[in-house]
Amino acid sequence: MALPSCQQCALRRALCSTTVPTRHCRAAAIRGYLTAARIDTTGLLTGDPAFNYQEHELNERLKRLYPAVNEEETPLPRSWSPKDKYSYIGLSQNNLRVHYKGHGKNHKDAASVRATHPIPAACGIYYFEVKIVSKGRDGYMGIGLSAQGINLIPHHKPPDGHSFCSSGTGQPYGPTFTTGDVIGCCVNLINNTCFYTKNGHSLGNNLMKNDLRPNLYPTVGLQTPGEIVDANFGQQPFVFDIEDYMSEWRAKIHSMIARFPIGERLGDWQSVLQNMVSSYLVHHGYCATAMAFSRATETMIQEDQTSIKNRQRIQKLVLAGRVGEAIDATQQLYPGLLEHNPNLLFMLKCRQFVEMVNGTDSEVRCFSVHSPKSQDSYPGSPNLSPRHGATNAHLHNTGADSPTCSNGVTPTNKNKSHNKYTGVSSASSSPSSSPSSVNYSESNSTDSTKSQHHSATSNQETSDSEMEIEAEHYSNGVTESSTRIMNGTYKHQEILQADDSSVGNGVADDSCSSRQLCGGNQAATERMIQFGRELQALSEQLCRQYGKNATHKKMLQDAFSLLAYSDPWNCPVGQQLDPMQREAICSALNSAILESQNLPKQPPLMLALGQATECVQLMARVRSGSCSFARVDNFLH
Amino acid sequence: MMACLLEAPLRISVLSEVTATSRHYVDRLFDADPQNVLQGVIDMKNAVIGNNKQKANLIVLGAVPRLLYLLQQSSSSLELRTECAVVLGSLAMGTENNIKSLVDCHIIPALLQGLLCSDLIFIEACLRCLRTVFISPVTPVQLLYTDPTVIPHLMSLLSRSRHTQEYITQIFAHCCKTPEHQTVLFNHGAIQNIAPLLISPSDKVRMQALKCFSVLAYENTQVSMTLVNVLVDGEQLSQVFVRMMQRDKPIEMQLTAAKCLTYMCRAGAIRTDDNCIVLKTLPCLVRMCSKERLLEERVEGAETLAYLMEPDVELQRIASVTDHLVSMLADYFKYPSSVSAITDIKRLDHDLKHAHELRQAAFKLYASLGSNDEDIRKKITETENMMDRIVSGLSESSIKVRLAAVRCLHSLSRSVQQLRTSFHDHAVWKPLMKLLQNAPDEVLVMASSTLCNLLLEFSPSKEPILDSGVIELLCSLTQSDSPALRVNGIWALMNMAFQADQKVKVEIVRALGTEQLFRLLSDPDTNVLMKTLGLLRNLLSTRPHIDQIMSSHGKQIMQAVTLILEGEHSIEVKEQTLCILANIADGNTAKELIMTNDDMLQKIKYYMGHSNVKLQLAATFCISNLIWNEEDGSQERQDKLKDMGFVDILHKLTQASDPNLCDRAKTAMQQYLA
Repeated sequence: MALPSCQQCALRRALCSTTVPTRHCRAAAIRGYLTAARIDTTGLLTGDPAFNYQEHELNERLKRLYPAVNEEETPLPRSWSPKDKYSYIGLSQNNLRVHYKGHGKNHKDAASVRATHPIPAACGIYYFEVKIVSKGRDGYMGIGLSAQGINLIPHHKPPDGHSFCSSGTGQPYGPTFTTGDVIGCCVNLINNTCFYTKNGHSLGNNLMKNDLRPNLYPTVGLQTPGEIVDANFGQQPFVFDIEDYMSEWRAKIHSMIARFPIGERLGDWQSVLQNMVSSYLVHHGYCATAMAFSRATETMIQEDQTSIKNRQRIQKLVLAGRVGEAIDATQQLYPGLLEHNPNLLFMLKCRQFVEMVNGTDSEVRCFSVHSPKSQDSYPGSPNLSPRHGATNAHLHNTGADSPTCSNGVTPTNKNKSHNKYTGVSSASSSPSSSPSSVNYSESNSTDSTKSQHHSATSNQETSDSEMEIEAEHYSNGVTESSTRIMNGTYKHQEILQADDSSVGNGVADDSCSSRQLCGGNQAATERMIQFGRELQALSEQLCRQYGKNATHKKMLQDAFSLLAYSDPWNCPVGQQLDPMQREAICSALNSAILESQNLPKQPPLMLALGQATECVQLMARVRSGSCSFARVDNFLH
Repeated sequence: MMACLLEAPLRISVLSEVTATSRHYVDRLFDADPQNVLQGVIDMKNAVIGNNKQKANLIVLGAVPRLLYLLQQSSSSLELRTECAVVLGSLAMGTENNIKSLVDCHIIPALLQGLLCSDLIFIEACLRCLRTVFISPVTPVQLLYTDPTVIPHLMSLLSRSRHTQEYITQIFAHCCKTPEHQTVLFNHGAIQNIAPLLISPSDKVRMQALKCFSVLAYENTQVSMTLVNVLVDGEQLSQVFVRMMQRDKPIEMQLTAAKCLTYMCRAGAIRTDDNCIVLKTLPCLVRMCSKERLLEERVEGAETLAYLMEPDVELQRIASVTDHLVSMLADYFKYPSSVSAITDIKRLDHDLKHAHELRQAAFKLYASLGSNDEDIRKKITETENMMDRIVSGLSESSIKVRLAAVRCLHSLSRSVQQLRTSFHDHAVWKPLMKLLQNAPDEVLVMASSTLCNLLLEFSPSKEPILDSGVIELLCSLTQSDSPALRVNGIWALMNMAFQADQKVKVEIVRALGTEQLFRLLSDPDTNVLMKTLGLLRNLLSTRPHIDQIMSSHGKQIMQAVTLILEGEHSIEVKEQTLCILANIADGNTAKELIMTNDDMLQKIKYYMGHSNVKLQLAATFCISNLIWNEEDGSQERQDKLKDMGFVDILHKLTQASDPNLCDRAKTAMQQYLA
């Protein structure tokens, strides 16, 4: 069957699952998929296009309905199983249509078939529908669920009012149905009920028997010739509004979580939360914020303040792409650390090489006409704040002129940054667009003591000035004057580049041909090549010392591959040049430093987050249905 | 001043506690320095928040008239006027007595006047206070409509701010109680002005706007018809309502949106088979009846659902299988539950308060569910203790419950099977008869209507009811001013007379009296006339009965028949009358009353040639009876009628296209041939 062209187009468009902004990029993305040999899984080039379209609809719907299901672990039912069926059952139409082909003389001739897979508990709520294509001779049909063996639990009465039993366990239920009716079956694994629907109407809840709960299969049973039913496991829109039903349960579970009673432990609860926030701030080196927070909440900070600031400085260097300087600083502040972590050192060096290609590392930057020490204008430097999930939109709108620490965790902080903001805008040519971000590199030059406080207490006043001092201290490694001077000229062109790369968003984008290897400087390129040789030597040395390491080899290969392309930013391995890639190595280095100081390498907040995520996954494995609506993502904004 | 004082006993007790500080607050309102007055009002504001005693004190001490005076003075600063409105709003938040005092001090016109000011903050303060006053049950809603300029002005203020929107829509939602109110609001553009608020970013505004639509559309065709064509941000209003019924929305919102769609549907603005009714509104209302909902919500849900599906059997069928509704409703009778009585006195109180409401709502919904479909009726009567519940409902103290119970019984009484079985088993006629003795008209209408069905010939309850002196009762109903009661009375008598004993018939005629019988034959209500004719026809059935009744009342009956046949009546009435005539013609002696009445024979002749087949058929029947062979004097009658030209007419009718008429005419002709 030929599809109208627009539908095919929709199919293609939907195949590249991420939405891509322009026509141009879409084409690129499709090419990307083809080269990645993903086509065989989606069947784009083979088979019936109508079927492919249906298949695609199915995938989309299942993903939307059951986002918590990991299909690699627990596949969802998608068709009837040709293996788990009686011989009197015939399957057709991609194993979605069931017909009876026995004699149908008496109830012993009843036959049934179940779906390919049981219903995963992570569904929370599962639903499928069956359309009665023909009621056949007597219309003895059962629709429902079965456990391991083929047994039907509550199902419908046939049109003549007699109840149909498959293997003797079917129970009469609800009104009769006949040709043309659509019967649905919903399993709620949260409260362990199930209900049926007829033509889009719920027929009411029934409790499920305990022994039937695990591994329920969608099942149909037929008994007389001519009976034909079609299943809809999500291939088509459902007649019953199951998504509305799910939304009610999602709201229920969310409010249950929101109203979780903490009883008498209100005080403990608060201090636990405060410690979580404080340790998180400390971990990521938001020193001033952490100090202000601890003062306001009267909590203790374990780590020494200078230590926090040191880590913060090193992290900023990595995130700015100045990995060489970061390595130097680490070796100076934490002697022996990198020596004891050769893998980390190697990773850092590899990154340094990439940054050299990028033209951001100071070793190549010093050859450039611009001041190498300018802290301000690194293209697309990631935020210091770690990202959660896939929300990276904020990265690009904070302004590319300086690495900004966006956080906005506590109200006090918010208040302060608001005050600060007035000061910043007077000095900076490009004010940050995020009101909660604190622009460290600029704020030191302005006199924030002038800034107005609405409800300023003396306490807040001091914490504010503290912040100023901290900011000054913080930009230590850089000479102030150069920052000031370079601002005007340098920033201009860099911002443009940053914007370009942000549009491309990691997808190959050939519009940024203006960028050049190592900033286009010959001497810098030579330095880079020399560094590459050193890196190669280091790799060999590590290999001799610790044996072969596939990860290192791949890392090195990828890094060197950049040189094989005339436009490294727009090549298959160009992703490495994305400033976002700095984050992983940055947090690895930070964790290593913390570990060397006998401090936890992960902040408790992240641990809690990780634990919650694990918990939810575990819930799915032990068949606790509510996990599907208690997803951690839903609570991170 | 006196008007705003509390009733005497209370006043004394309050006065005794009036402290010097309360007095001080009031005194400061009279200070010569406006600045001091302002500070005084602000201090008063802080003093009364959440303090009902203080509020009562200040009212007793006469703060209200002074505050109103300051609020109305154009010489007062805007700030002072605003603070006055805020304090008054705070006083209104107290007890119902506070509201009464405020209303007595004419706070409403003063605040409405204040809305003419241009300052938004002041307007909002006035509106907030007005809102609090108007939503109180003690405030007469009519006060909103006394000045015709108020409604248009409120409409114009809707665009000012979210607060004005919230307060004004809330006022409208509470003060729209009659069709006249609906019309006033409608004519001032309520729909166009409020519709955009349904997608307001404020939850409160959305909710109040939605409530406005539910009160505006209630039993109002004009509003409902307008609503279907309204677009909100390019979307049909019905779709906006559907979205508000989504299951993750607040229950109040779902329920109110379902009400809006229900009213629109009942007004004919939305078809009953529209998906937004069948797949959205109906399931939403069924959900509102579930045990998880609050008692109030369950009452409203059931009542609205009953109203929605009343006229549509398909909706009744769907609802009857949705979410076990029929058995879910049985839970409505379990309040107060035995558990709540023991464990929680507050809960018991709550349950008791809603128990009546729950029961009547359930009865209403059962009545609606079972009004057409026999299977559903069976399902209802098979619900646990259902008949017992109805029987005890019939004698409950709450009139609402009695009415709903009898409605339910009436609905179920349309089933032949139920009349024969469960109705008889539970002797429902007993409480029903009791209910009929002394009840308000609305209950009487339902009860007598149910009685009509119980008196049907096949009903086993007929005999015991007859023995209980029902005839007198029904006869008295026929004298009622209410046409519905007259119809039911005469209808029941008609059913009773069908194939009844001579004794019963005589008793009916005696009890009713010929005078009343003939009065009913000239009743302005056609239904009454039809049923009276039906009664006559049933009375004049077997031959001995015909002769007996005609011998005693023949003259009057013939007069009445003449009158009706000569009068301006519908075909059905004339047909029924001709049938009576045919019955008379079947009597032995009664025949002569027709045969000797040439005028009547001419009328029969006329109707045999009428353009309406039914009338022709009935008239032919009459003639056929008159010329029937085996009876005494048939020859003379045949001759006379032949002379009058009836044979020619019959001959012509044998050629009629209508097979029944043709057969009948042929049978009659055969009498001549024999």
